[in-house]
Amino acid sequence: MSNTSSLAPVATALPWIRLILGMGAACALPFFITNYHVFQASLVLCYAIALVGLNILIGYSGQISLGHGAFLAIGAYTTAVLMDKFDMPYWMTIPIAAAVCLAVGFLFGLPALRLEGHYLALATFALAVALPQLLKFKHLEFLTGGVQGIVIMKPESPFETLFGLKLNSDRWLYFFTLTVTVIMFVIGWNLIRGRIGRALIAIRDQPIAAASMGINTPLYKSLAFGVSAMFTGVAGALSAILVAFVAPDSFTVFLSITLMVGMVIGGVTSLPGALYGAIFIQFIPNIADQISKAAPWAIYGVMLILFMYAMPTGIAGALRLLGQKIRPHNA
Amino acid sequence: MKKRQFALSALCLSLIGFAMPASAQKKYDPGASDTEIKIGQTMPYSGPASAYGTIGKVQAAYFKQLNEQGGVNGRKINFISLDDGYSPPKTVEMVRRLVEQDEVLLMMGTLGTPSNTAIHKYMNAKKVPHMFLATGASKWNDPQHFPWTIGFNPNYHSEGKLYAQNILATKPNAKIAVLFQNDDYGKDYFNGFKEGLGAKAASMIVAQASYEVTDPTIDSQIVTLKGSGADTFFNITTPKFAAQAIRKVDEVGWKPTHYLNQVSASVGSVLKPAGLDKAVGLISMLYVKEGSDVRWENDATMKDFKALLKKHAPEVSPDDGNATYGYAVAQMMVQVLKQAGDNLTRENIMKQAANIKDFQIPMALPGVLASTSPTDFALFQTMQLVKFDGKNWIDYGKPASVK
Amino acid sequence: METFIHQVVAGIATGGVYASLALALVMIYQSTHHINFAQGEIAMFATYMAWTLINAGVSYWLAFVCTILLAFTLGVLIQRIIIQPVEKAPVLNVVVVFIGLLVILNSIAGWVFTYTIKSFPSPFPKEPPFGLHFISSHELGSIGVTLVLLVLLYGFFKFTPLGLAMRASAQNPDSSRLVGIRVGWMLALGWGLAAAIGSVAGMMIAPVVFLEPNMMSGILLYAFAAALVGGIDSPGGAVLGGFIVGILENLLGAYVIGTELKLSVALVLIIVVLTIKPAGLFGKVIVSRV
Repeated sequence: MSNTSSLAPVATALPWIRLILGMGAACALPFFITNYHVFQASLVLCYAIALVGLNILIGYSGQISLGHGAFLAIGAYTTAVLMDKFDMPYWMTIPIAAAVCLAVGFLFGLPALRLEGHYLALATFALAVALPQLLKFKHLEFLTGGVQGIVIMKPESPFETLFGLKLNSDRWLYFFTLTVTVIMFVIGWNLIRGRIGRALIAIRDQPIAAASMGINTPLYKSLAFGVSAMFTGVAGALSAILVAFVAPDSFTVFLSITLMVGMVIGGVTSLPGALYGAIFIQFIPNIADQISKAAPWAIYGVMLILFMYAMPTGIAGALRLLGQKIRPHNA
Repeated sequence: MKKRQFALSALCLSLIGFAMPASAQKKYDPGASDTEIKIGQTMPYSGPASAYGTIGKVQAAYFKQLNEQGGVNGRKINFISLDDGYSPPKTVEMVRRLVEQDEVLLMMGTLGTPSNTAIHKYMNAKKVPHMFLATGASKWNDPQHFPWTIGFNPNYHSEGKLYAQNILATKPNAKIAVLFQNDDYGKDYFNGFKEGLGAKAASMIVAQASYEVTDPTIDSQIVTLKGSGADTFFNITTPKFAAQAIRKVDEVGWKPTHYLNQVSASVGSVLKPAGLDKAVGLISMLYVKEGSDVRWENDATMKDFKALLKKHAPEVSPDDGNATYGYAVAQMMVQVLKQAGDNLTRENIMKQAANIKDFQIPMALPGVLASTSPTDFALFQTMQLVKFDGKNWIDYGKPASVK
Repeated sequence: METFIHQVVAGIATGGVYASLALALVMIYQSTHHINFAQGEIAMFATYMAWTLINAGVSYWLAFVCTILLAFTLGVLIQRIIIQPVEKAPVLNVVVVFIGLLVILNSIAGWVFTYTIKSFPSPFPKEPPFGLHFISSHELGSIGVTLVLLVLLYGFFKFTPLGLAMRASAQNPDSSRLVGIRVGWMLALGWGLAAAIGSVAGMMIAPVVFLEPNMMSGILLYAFAAALVGGIDSPGGAVLGGFIVGILENLLGAYVIGTELKLSVALVLIIVVLTIKPAGLFGKVIVSRV
């Protein structure tokens, strides 16, 4: 016992050191890779935010959603409409998209929470399927652009250089996305550690006990839905700015399924898991395409299944297990 | 001494002078070199529109065979076609990769209206030729604002107008029902159709119904349209739904004058599955040769095409309309490259594309010529209406000029 | 009025399509307590197997029977090889495996058979029944086949010892093992039967919607909705749910909201039904005691 006490400060500092190194690497990244890869990295960050949202709902709150693509769409369209029709600067649209999705998610959660398991899955699935149709609806066309979608002006970088390093549109947007990602992760982390997180875990694991302890179950469940929708909405808003185009075709049911897959592969109930999952869903299809031109999605499917066999707790879970094996055993 | 030095330098200079023009003639932009031309493309090889993937497959086969025969002006074509799953964000990602990482010279035949809309501004900002788009949307013909984009397909809007004008000419008191796919392509056709009917549109169109690509069947829509008592039917559907519609119309005992959009006019991939006997009397528009048409049995380019499929793409049927279409686009592309010669800058490629003078694409119908000018990027100025006789599409009237 | 009847009958016909796939979903749920998202793709793949046989010259009914047997084998193999390793895993992991399976089957079908639509023959006569135009003989015949399947399925689960063993394995694997039931093989059997039912559904659906790899994706959602509306553990409920969804969709599209929003409204209505009756119209409400 006594010989581990000298390692104790290192052990507590280790996660912080890892975090600072990670942030440093993330900030240096865009200057070492091509603009195209910077664009891809920004997309990964978007997905990561969305997966944190999904994590809060499915992992911590124990509900299920097969329709979170709908909130990506709502966030993206909010940004697109505000930028296109109201000439709002892009950074201002993010909090508004967040607020809209929080409201919509909460309102959807209120009736939906009466359903459990498969039924909730169907309800969310239905939302994802129905939303593109709503976006194409001719009476909303004046706002949504209907089937044509909305083309946005990609924002330019306000600064030419940063500490002597050249900043172009892609790099600027990467840093913007990174900032928003960090903010969202901090919010997520606080939520999970705080009262709300504990309440959600209580509801998930022992719903009856939680209710008898005075936790307002319906309220918290709907709140979980709203918060998770908010995260996904922010991700959607960011992706709209990055891609500079929104259309109903961008938000198919497959997108919702991809989000869920990413969350499970990354690691349910794990914040870093969101990042791993995002990297998976962004890059594995491209890799699969390179392995087999004939049936790339078959390769993707095989990888999904193999990941589930090899890492049932997700990549984050596997890394955690690995870390435990490497770390010296404490008495 | 001075004289010899002078003569020597004069000799050197003149030698250089002779050498210079030869290297000045070869101009390359990224993606072009002495040995290869890189062409990029995105195609939905997966997802809801994956049936169109045949187009990319046939084009890849065409270029492969062309390379075996020496390529274009001695250069091999490096054709990189990536899957975008018909999702615009994926298209953006893949196109950025092709332009920024693979550094292709130009993009050819990118498919889909939303996919192309997503990259429209980007391609023009980057000044990379965005050529021969596989979509008939009207917005691609805008050389003033988008000088780097040139479409291929005859305009959906104009085609819809053509059918409307035909109805006004042959059946001015017709009661029309319209079925359309609820997206950009469907609405483009419908809008052109309504424009063609002009003031009479509201009175002549007695029923309209839409469907989503995710709908399993369109039976209910056909029942509604029949129930409206219409005697003319404008069918704006993609191949799978066109086949369903043709069959259902027959099943419910409805016998309207049936106009079918060109996108689904393929005998092999639409009419045969639906039932050739049910498709008799269908009116549509053709501009590319049909693989199943007996007229082209001994046609040189059709024979080449069938041999190509047998050798390099045996899973593709020659009767598939997508296959002949892809072949025609590839032929047009090769023509532009030939015209460009050794000046393979992007600017020159666009210049050549804007100056196609009455070119008969071998796979296009005889008489359907491709022409462009710097102010008008629409490739086809005329469209030919056709009627189905149970076996083949027969010319119906004279080629009509469209604007 | 005629159009109204026509819409209702067309709705029943389309509903029959949803019902047949919903039966397969119910089958897999009753035997494994999982909802298999890949069920549609298995059915589609089986239909392609039938198509290959018919194209090779085999007669329709022989191909029909062979396909059912092949599909059964495929289902059993999938369960034993792919699903069994994740049996004890959390539900979400199983769902991801299902999605992986879905994507694999879809992609392989597209690669081997291409994405161009193919026509699939129907065993029923081409002329419409009684000369009426409301419904085709095939659609009427398909509904008949679905009802026969329904009766067989209901009888199997209610009255045979094997059916009882399967239900027990799904509900309480541990107790079932104690009674001597080979739970692993019960699950495999369930998958096999579900695949077989799915193959029949596919062979009935393909003549209507044309055979192509994405044939089932639109139908799966409606089949899912139908199964849940009717009660996921009730075969009769699922079939009735299918008809209800089919008719509802048609009538909404034709008379209430127009085709541009009918999908959204249909789904909203289904969710409303579920909030009022959370276990579906005919499902059993499970009351858990604390």
